[in-house]
Amino acid sequence: MNGSLIEFLRRVAHLCRKELLVILKDPSSRVILVVPALMQSLLFGYAATYDLTHVDYALLDQSRSGASTALIAKLDGTGVFRRAATLDSPVQIAPIVNAQEALVVIQIGPRFEQQLDAGEQASIQLILDARNSNTAGSAAGFVGSVVEAFNVEWRQRHGGAQAPVRIESRAWFNPNLETRWNFMPGMIAALSMIQTLLLTALSVAREREQGTFDQLLVTPLSPTEIMIGKAVPPVFIGLVQSTLVLLVTLLWFRVPMAGSLLTLYTGLVFFTVASVGIGLSISAVSANMQQAMLYTFVLIMPMMLLSGLTTPVSNMPRALQIATLANPLRFAIDLVQRVYLEGVGLLTVWHNLIPLFIIAAITLPLAAWLFRHRLV
Amino acid sequence: MTVPAQPQPDAPRSRFWPRLIALTRKESRQLMRDPSSLAIGILLPILLILIFGYGLSLDVKNAPIAVVLEDTSPTAVQAVSGLQLTPYISPVMLTSMREAEALMHQRKVDGIVRVPGDFSRRLAAGDASIQLIVHGADAAKATIVLRYASSALAQDALRAADRAGGGTPSGIGRVTIEQRMWFNAANDSTWYLVPGLIVLIMTLVGAFLTALVMAREWERGTLEALFVTPVRPVEILLAKIIPYFGIGMAGLLLCLLAARFLFEVPMYGSLAVIVVSAMLYLIVAVAVGLVISSVTRNQFLASQVALISSFLPSLMLSGFLFDLRNVPTAVRIVGQVLPATYFMELIRTLFLAGNVWPLILRNCAILLAYAVVLLGVARFVTRKKLD
Repeated sequence: MNGSLIEFLRRVAHLCRKELLVILKDPSSRVILVVPALMQSLLFGYAATYDLTHVDYALLDQSRSGASTALIAKLDGTGVFRRAATLDSPVQIAPIVNAQEALVVIQIGPRFEQQLDAGEQASIQLILDARNSNTAGSAAGFVGSVVEAFNVEWRQRHGGAQAPVRIESRAWFNPNLETRWNFMPGMIAALSMIQTLLLTALSVAREREQGTFDQLLVTPLSPTEIMIGKAVPPVFIGLVQSTLVLLVTLLWFRVPMAGSLLTLYTGLVFFTVASVGIGLSISAVSANMQQAMLYTFVLIMPMMLLSGLTTPVSNMPRALQIATLANPLRFAIDLVQRVYLEGVGLLTVWHNLIPLFIIAAITLPLAAWLFRHRLV
Repeated sequence: MTVPAQPQPDAPRSRFWPRLIALTRKESRQLMRDPSSLAIGILLPILLILIFGYGLSLDVKNAPIAVVLEDTSPTAVQAVSGLQLTPYISPVMLTSMREAEALMHQRKVDGIVRVPGDFSRRLAAGDASIQLIVHGADAAKATIVLRYASSALAQDALRAADRAGGGTPSGIGRVTIEQRMWFNAANDSTWYLVPGLIVLIMTLVGAFLTALVMAREWERGTLEALFVTPVRPVEILLAKIIPYFGIGMAGLLLCLLAARFLFEVPMYGSLAVIVVSAMLYLIVAVAVGLVISSVTRNQFLASQVALISSFLPSLMLSGFLFDLRNVPTAVRIVGQVLPATYFMELIRTLFLAGNVWPLILRNCAILLAYAVVLLGVARFVTRKKLD
């Protein structure tokens, strides 16, 4: 019994070694396993931001008063708003917004200062280019808070009672509320999944296409052994890729890690095994490499989009939220983000491991079974 | 395959159209037989339309916020009453901070507003404070929640100040904002996501699918086999491209129908300009796919390169999800090298703003330049490798 176990491990180890060699022997595929992961995590780490950092605005100040100048000076002082144009008449507004030269146009009426001095409400017009409604909303909120600050000062200088209540705001786990802080930990799981899936999906399909899979099937290896031999190398490569993104997040973007590496990697191992299971099943169904890749891609897109990486799962309609339950990436991202940012232990996130385990427990045996019983 | 056999070896040029049509028919049949091509050409666009249209939303509405009233006096209740009024927040009243923190850890609430026990006593002394805590694990949402909650609380505080200050609220002027959202009055993110989806699907079908299919032909040597037939290389390439071009246009049609009838996105620009610019971009995308496939000549590499150089950037760097105005200059430059960025800008303007001719002409010219250059490169690479 013991001898046969050792024999089993030996056979699996041989196959693993062969599979790793297939992946790593080609210099261009070695490059493709490392460079894109690094490049993309850098590029997307900078690109993936909903934080407002730069807004071009145009000013139409018809009052040309001390008060309006003070208000605009406050806006300029934020460092986010940069004046792209100074307009003289309202007819100039439409062309400048249409041509996307200004995201925001601020129009201050001629009686602005008189109204303020008279103790009335003085309204300013804010025109926003909402072709990207998200940015427009953020910019509007930003102007709103600047105007609020102006109002407080104006009260103060004109003898109004001070607001007796201070609002002390604070954000847990991400003090400056940077999108990057939650995006990059999510990428640790997402970026490696793309390549792990493609790599696995190709492994059996390539052998099918080249006709070597039949040879593999007539060797003494059992389908289970073939499955394990095909699954271990991509799991290993997936973990290496996750590690690369983790290093970029930690060392380049300097997002502080609150949780333990052990918990993080426990989660990642479960996740990568589940992804490899899906990849192998696709591979076993496909007749050739092209089919395997296309099917994988049809899966990757919805998996990425419905994972909570770019938009929160809680914003999705109920039916889609249920659909996300079959998405391993959703659980992996939740787990990685919470371990990374909140520093929680396995006791808090173990519930994410169950669906990952179930997915692996279904897809891996399914793949092994499909090796011999493919329907086509 | 079934080229009509009428040998006219001395006039190969005049046989261009029959050969092209016959080859295209063969390629189209081959395409229709493979379920995986149809899956990516038709099924995936439909999935994406549904996901983007219904599933993805960046808009915050009714975010649950725990309100902990450790002071239950009427002044304290009044201090947080403004939270009830904003449609973006739905307050959940609690009495203990411990309970609120537990809810926050389970992500059942997005934030906590805490009114401390000594609130009304300190308010009388003119030095009260309210704590506002948000969960930073989703920074984008947290920022919005923070803004709405603090502005609601600030207005409550000002009202309280006016009451305390002897009731002279009208004595001091204040600035208010009249805000108008041009091009998207409903402030609905599907309005900019659905037009953007056209770019994504065209890139997918054009660059990714073409790269894969052609790389497969290179890898298996079937392309070389075709090259030794009387058919000229240009005809082979065209015949391979035309069916995928057709699939790309079908994807465009699906998106246009969905935008119009499912999501009721307005279309202020003219349909003709949209279709023409989409065709232009599709040619660019197909050319990218051709270049990738003839350089790599390997399916795995081609798929990876297509994914990394065309598809993922058009998702992440073209301004589709993340606004290029907010990214560092270096990343913006990378974004501006991508043809997808120009098509994205163009299609959004055409849908939401109308026929802005200077922008249309500029971006179409850029896309045309890309098409010419990339097709030239594709021809060059294909030819060179044949020697």
